[in-house]
Amino acid sequence: MFETITLIALGLICIVAAVYALITKKTLNAVIASGVISLLASIIFLIVAAPDVAMTEASIGAGLTTVVFLYAIKHTKGGEDE
Amino acid sequence: MFKYIFAILCVIGFGWMMWHLVQGFYIPDTMNEIADSYVSGSVNELKIPNTVTAVVVSYRGLDTLGEVTVLFLATAGVGFFLKRHRQTNAKRREGSEILKTGASFLAPMIMLFGIYVFTHGHLTPGGGFQGGVLIASATLLIILACPDCALPKHLIRILEGISGLGYVLIGILGLLILGKHSFLDPRIMDMGEWQKLFSGGAIPIIYSLIGLKVGSELSSVLGYLKGGGEES
Repeated sequence: MFETITLIALGLICIVAAVYALITKKTLNAVIASGVISLLASIIFLIVAAPDVAMTEASIGAGLTTVVFLYAIKHTKGGEDE
Repeated sequence: MFKYIFAILCVIGFGWMMWHLVQGFYIPDTMNEIADSYVSGSVNELKIPNTVTAVVVSYRGLDTLGEVTVLFLATAGVGFFLKRHRQTNAKRREGSEILKTGASFLAPMIMLFGIYVFTHGHLTPGGGFQGGVLIASATLLIILACPDCALPKHLIRILEGISGLGYVLIGILGLLILGKHSFLDPRIMDMGEWQKLFSGGAIPIIYSLIGLKVGSELSSVLGYLKGGGEES
């Protein structure tokens, strides 16, 4: 019961972060929101008893992908649009 | 206007498909035939407690070979496109004091933890890929704290090449020693006892090679991204 509530709450926060990443005007905020989504996904994987996948998702999604995006922002000088 | 409506319709359609998948999900009481054979094979024949490692390295070893190839191609592509630019050292900012002190303390520990994860891949959760990414994150900490330090490019390239070659050679060794249908069979070495470090045949060696390969590849990708590639 408590587990289901936790999973649903984390999923809702993921959806809110995803919508925020779409709506916001600054690219940096969107990249950090994607990192937050990956981190919450890795916590969900840990709750449903998949520690290998949780470790992979946390290190790659919340670590390496965010850093690669930040380097891309730095090299393209912001990339702001609309 | 129309593209927003179309996008919302696509999202709703995707959600409807996912809903039908979620409806049909149930947790079964007994394992089906393939799962049963994998679990009993990893406990009785290969003698390692981590079934995920047994599946990734031994039963589905060919898929791991494909993954290793894809990583190599991605790194080669990044290295090809991000050529070296003339460095303008004027706007290079030094890291702060906290970052330098923290990085000099933490980076060796993170690297050691990454090495622990991929050598104990058959005993604890984790494995070659996770350990390699941890090593790359330690490299990232070093890059951030010390912008003037250059990565040893030649050593990383040699390490990556040798690891990839070693992985394929161990696979072919399985074919040569144990006969056909044995590509990447870890039974070419002694099985060892249950839950000791030197158990599971050739699985620690295979995972160590994969961990070194992934770690060196991602470190070189980060080095390319930092400044368009430098030479040591």
